[in-house]
Amino acid sequence: MAVSHLQCKECKAQYPLEALYVCERCFGPLEVAYDHSRSSGDVGELRRRIQGGPQNIWRYADFLPLAGGPPGPSGRLASRVGLPAGCTPLIRADRLAARLGLREVWVKNDAANPTHSFKDRVVSVAVTRARELGFETIACASTGNLANSVAAHGAALGLESYVFVPADLEEQKILATGIYGTNLVGVQGNYDDVNRLCTELCAERDWAFVNINLRPYYAEGSKTLAFEIAEQLGWELPDRCIVPVASGSLFTKIARGFEEWTELGLIESPARPLPRMNGAQAQGCSPVAGAFAAGHDVCRPVKPNTIAKSLAIGNPADGPYALDLARRTGGSVDAVSDEEIRAGIKLLAETTGVFTETAGGVTTAVLAKLAARGDIDPDERVVLVITGEGLKTLDAVRGTFETSTIAPTLEAFEASVSEGVAV
Amino acid sequence: MGCLVKIPTQLRAAAGGEAEAKIDGATVREVLNGLFELHQELRVRISDEDGSLRRFVNVYLAGEDIRFLDGLATPVSDGAELTILPAVAGG
Repeated sequence: MAVSHLQCKECKAQYPLEALYVCERCFGPLEVAYDHSRSSGDVGELRRRIQGGPQNIWRYADFLPLAGGPPGPSGRLASRVGLPAGCTPLIRADRLAARLGLREVWVKNDAANPTHSFKDRVVSVAVTRARELGFETIACASTGNLANSVAAHGAALGLESYVFVPADLEEQKILATGIYGTNLVGVQGNYDDVNRLCTELCAERDWAFVNINLRPYYAEGSKTLAFEIAEQLGWELPDRCIVPVASGSLFTKIARGFEEWTELGLIESPARPLPRMNGAQAQGCSPVAGAFAAGHDVCRPVKPNTIAKSLAIGNPADGPYALDLARRTGGSVDAVSDEEIRAGIKLLAETTGVFTETAGGVTTAVLAKLAARGDIDPDERVVLVITGEGLKTLDAVRGTFETSTIAPTLEAFEASVSEGVAV
Repeated sequence: MGCLVKIPTQLRAAAGGEAEAKIDGATVREVLNGLFELHQELRVRISDEDGSLRRFVNVYLAGEDIRFLDGLATPVSDGAELTILPAVAGG
């Protein structure tokens, strides 16, 4: 494996590959560093290794932070392979493109993961690394999707799990977590309160908090979205990616994935090293979009108030990096209202057959906004990253359409429904 | 006035292994300065050259992020609890 060490993103201090996440010298975040010098020579061989791999994220194991390679039936961990994530569909969305006056839009539908969100990618990597490090209990602070994923992975791997969520989370996400037999704790407060509590708890318990002390490994899982998009496009980059922004981790790691493959020569003659990166936030929680519009380098924390609860992080730790990425790629970070989010969910559903949760409504609404503003050249190849499933946030679409209830007779149908319908 | 400062694990080596410290001060700034006098190495770890907190340092007074209060100028009442924590990306 090419994984080498942990490194501070700010001061570049190096640390061993353990359950560490903060630089003791400057308090900056740690991330995984790799040494690809041995594998950078033969692009054909690298591609064949990927294509010969399993139909899940472990096909990208060469670019993930596992010491023992991907988990598998023949490995030391026997049949405990967990819940393989990834290899989700990349759908060409011509009807959505036509509606927006664009020519080439693709939808990366990450709701097609085991627990119906992209979080299965990051949790698979974090939990596999946690097992390598000898942890027996996994945990997380979550806005919902992560809770589902951690609880399910705990069940699949036979690990005890503790899941902390804001007590007022959508009922669907609470139910879809508790069913896995996890220790589910509703915290009276918003996500940032939950995160603070868990950061304190992390120091008191010998647990693998996937998005705290395992965070450097966890975040690497998001790169697999970039790898898949590039592989599915025939080893090419899109011209633009629209990605939801909560903490900013997914947004920046997708770009990191593209960069790594460009550096290794895996991408066919890229016009530029990165696509234009557009971040998407809800107006009710838009610290990154606010800082982008104001020209600031750091984000001022906010108290979230939006229907997009999976993006309701008021204090985004990767905010500065997200701002830098949007600016240096010629992208942006935009925010949309709750009404636009509902319209975005509907637009995506009506034109692609993909029903997404509120976060996907945010992303689709930002795409519509960029198209309406004339920011997107009609010839661009655009990828819309849809991170979660509409069935988890049903309240958001209640009342957005009408249904007919009729007696079971032809007359009743003719009288109430078929009027105006071409037969 | 006394305030209980909770020191995160990542900083305890620079604080003589202590997990908390009782510090007098009328504002968050005074309390932190008191903490830096007690454990000098902490100053460069969490403060910038201009005396403000580094961007990945979060400070909470009774559980509330001081950036929602008056920042370093926030008044500190007797017996309050001040918690220093690293900023962590969520999700």
